[in-house]
Amino acid sequence: MATRKTPETAAVDGANVSKDDLLKYYREMLLIRRFEEKAGQLYGMGLIGGFCHLYIGQEAVVVGLEAAAKEGDKRVTSYRDHGHMLACGMDPKGVMAELTGREGGYSRGKGGSMHMFSKEKHFYGGHGIVGAQVPIGAGLAFSDKYKGNDNVTFAYFGDGAANQGQVYETYNMAELWSLPVVFVIENNQYAMGTSVKRSTKSTTLFGRGVAFGIPGEQVDGMDVLAVKAAGEKAVAHCRAGNGPYILEMMTYRYRGHSMSDPAKYRTREEVQKIREERDAIEHVRELLISGGHATEDDLKAIDKEIKATVSDAAEFSKESPEPALSELWTDIYA
Amino acid sequence: MATDILMPALSPTMEEGTLAKWLVKEGDTVTSGQILAEIETDKATMEFEAVDEGTIAKILVPEGTAGVKVNTPIAVLAEDGESAADAVQSAAAPAAAAPAPVAAVAAAPAEAPAAPVSKASADWPEGTPMKTMTVREALREAMAEEMRADENVYLMGEEVAEYQGAYKISQGLLDEFGEKRVIDTPITEYGFTGIAVGAAMGGLRPIVEFMTFNFAMQAVDHIINSAAKTLYMSGGQMGCPIVFRGPNGAAARVGAQHSQDYAAWYAMIPGLKVVMPYSAADAKGLLKTAIRDPNPVVFLENEIMYGRSFEVPDLEDFTIPFGKARIWREGTDVTLVSFGIGMSHTLEAAEKLAAEGIAAEVIDLRTLRPLDYDTVLASVMKTNRCVTVEEGWPVGAIGNHLSAVIMERAFDYLDAPVINVTGKDVPMPYAANLEKLALATSDDVVAAAKSVCYR
Repeated sequence: MATRKTPETAAVDGANVSKDDLLKYYREMLLIRRFEEKAGQLYGMGLIGGFCHLYIGQEAVVVGLEAAAKEGDKRVTSYRDHGHMLACGMDPKGVMAELTGREGGYSRGKGGSMHMFSKEKHFYGGHGIVGAQVPIGAGLAFSDKYKGNDNVTFAYFGDGAANQGQVYETYNMAELWSLPVVFVIENNQYAMGTSVKRSTKSTTLFGRGVAFGIPGEQVDGMDVLAVKAAGEKAVAHCRAGNGPYILEMMTYRYRGHSMSDPAKYRTREEVQKIREERDAIEHVRELLISGGHATEDDLKAIDKEIKATVSDAAEFSKESPEPALSELWTDIYA
Repeated sequence: MATDILMPALSPTMEEGTLAKWLVKEGDTVTSGQILAEIETDKATMEFEAVDEGTIAKILVPEGTAGVKVNTPIAVLAEDGESAADAVQSAAAPAAAAPAPVAAVAAAPAEAPAAPVSKASADWPEGTPMKTMTVREALREAMAEEMRADENVYLMGEEVAEYQGAYKISQGLLDEFGEKRVIDTPITEYGFTGIAVGAAMGGLRPIVEFMTFNFAMQAVDHIINSAAKTLYMSGGQMGCPIVFRGPNGAAARVGAQHSQDYAAWYAMIPGLKVVMPYSAADAKGLLKTAIRDPNPVVFLENEIMYGRSFEVPDLEDFTIPFGKARIWREGTDVTLVSFGIGMSHTLEAAEKLAAEGIAAEVIDLRTLRPLDYDTVLASVMKTNRCVTVEEGWPVGAIGNHLSAVIMERAFDYLDAPVINVTGKDVPMPYAANLEKLALATSDDVVAAAKSVCYR
C-alpha cells in the first residue's frame, strides 16, 4: 500500500500536483463533507426519509479518481453515492432536493438518496442492490469499446459487494473482452456491521483479480494524491486497450452504514483514531499550509464559501415543491 | 437375427429429420460406436452412432431424404454370418413391433393448421404476398433485419455465435455480422445480463438470448431492478433499450427446472414490456418492434413452436405494434383468450367446439404488457362467456388478472364465471404420462368452454 507522505516530503510539485489542483481537491472534499453533514442534519429533522448512506471519511477516493478522469469517462456506484455525484460535478442543489424527495431533485423526487443519475455528467447511478453496479459498469465500458472511443468507466463498489458472485462473473468477462473499466473497491472495512475480517479469509481484495488476470493494487484511499496517482495509472492501462484494472482503496467511513446504524460493531476510539491520524481533508489542509500554498485565512474563506453552497442547496431542497401527483404515472416507459 | 436401425430422436422436441449423409455403405462391417450417418435436426447436424456390431445389409432411406420420422427404419443390420437377404427378411417383422416411440409420446400437437386469418386482424394490407416460414426463421430474420438497420443492435448470449445458437435461432448471424456484434458469453447469466443492461444505458441496443428463460432466474435482478426501474428512478433521464429473449415454458420431457412459464412473472412488472408470440408472423413483427422499442422488452418464445411453419407476409419492413391482440377466429358463443403456445391448444379446441355447434371467438393476446383489454372486453360483451388458456401455474396467472378485469368492467355482461385453463399446480414431472397431465390441453379448453356454455 502506498504510504501517506508526510507534509514535509510531499512537496506539491514533487507529487505532480499544482497548488491550484491541491486547492481544488480541498474544496471538493470539503464540499462532500459539509454536504453530508447537512444531509445528516436534514435527516434528523425528518426532511430526508428512508435510507441515507453518508460518505463522510471516504472523500479522497472520488475526488482523487475524478482528477484522473477526462470528459466522457463514466462512473457508476452503489447507494452510498452522494460523494460521487458531487465529485463529478453534479449540482448540490439537485442532489439535496432529491434527498428531500422534491421536484427539483435529479430524479424529480422519484429516485431518492440511492437512485440518482446524470446523463450530462456521465453518472449512471446510484444502485441499491449490492454489487449490481459492477456488471453495469462493465457494460458501460463495453459500450465505449463497441463505439471505438477511448473512454473508461469507474465502477465503484464496497468491500461488502466484493463478496458478490456477479463481481467475479464480471471480472471474467471484463478481462476476456478487454473492457476499459476501473474496478474501484472502496474498502471502508465494514460491510454494514460486518468487518472484512469477519466476512472473508482473504482480506486482500484486489488480489482476487489475479485469478482472472486483472492487475490491481491497494491504495491509501485517505490520501487524495495517492488516489489520483493510482487512478492515472489504472486509467492509462484501460485507455491503452489493456482491459480492466482493480484499485482497492483503503478508506474508512466515519458514520454508520446508514442513518439508522448505531455502529456498535466498532469502538468510538477506533473511529476517533482514524479521524485524527488519517483524515483526508486534514491531510490536504496540512499540505497547503506547510507548503505555504495557503494561509489559515485562505482556507477559512473556502470553508465559508462551501458552507454557503451547502446552505443554498439545503434551502433549495426545502423550498422545491414535492413532485406533482401526476408524476406517479410518468417515466414508466420511454 | 437382423435388426433395424431406426431414425433416432436427437433432441427433446425432434419429431423428424433429414438423413443428410451415410458414412457407411451396404456390405460394410460396423462396430459399436462407429459413426453411421449424419442427421440434420431442426437444431443441428448430428452424428449418429452404431449401437450394435454387424454388417449393413441394406440401406432403407437414401441420404438426402428429408422429413424422416423418428423411429422409421433407416437401415438393416445383419449379425455375423447372416446373409443380407435373410437379414432384410428377418428385420421386416420385428420392425412393426418396435417399442413405443419415446419421442412420439412427448410429441407436440400436430402442425398448426394453416390458420384461418381473420379479416379483423389487419396486420398487413390485403393482397400482401405471403411466404411460409418457421417461427425459428422468422425470429432470425427479425434480428438480422434490425442488425442491418442499426449498427448499435448486437446479440449476446450462450452459444449464439460459433455454435450458431443452441436452438439455431442465431444461425448465420456470426457470419454476417462478425464477432463484434454476435457475442458468445460464458455461462454466467447474472453477469452478462448486467453487462448488457449497462451497455444499453451506454447507448447500445443489446439483444440478450437466454438459452431458456429458466436460466434467466439467475439474472432476474438485472431484468427487474436494473433494466425495468431505471427510467422511473432517474426521473425519465436514463432508459434501457434492451431485448431479453429465448425459449420459455415447457419443451418436452425436460423436467421441473427447465419447464417453467414466466409469462405472469414478467407481466407483473411496470417498466417491462412483455411479448409472447404464437405465429411466425407475430414472432417476426413483434421481435422487430421489440428491438426498436426504447424500453426493456421480455420476449418469451417456445421451443416446441420454433419448428412450426406459418404464413408470413413477404414485406421489406414488417412490424406489429405492441398492445394489439389478434382475433384468430370470430365466434358468438364463447371467448377463448390465450397467447404463445397456449394458442395451439385453443385453436384446436375451437375446431372441436365448432364440430359440436359452439362458435368460439379466439383471441391471441400476443403482448401481455401492454395488454389489449379492449379487444378482450369487446369480445366478452358479445359472447358473454370467457375461458382463458395458458401453460403457466394457476396462482397469479394471466387468466386470474383477466378474470378480475372482466369482472370489474364487464360484470353485467357475463352469463357464466370466467374459467382459467392453466398448467396444473405442480412442478413439471418428467414421466411422459404425468407431463401430459400437467399441461393444459385442448380437451381441457373444450371442457371449460362447454361448462361456461352450460353444455
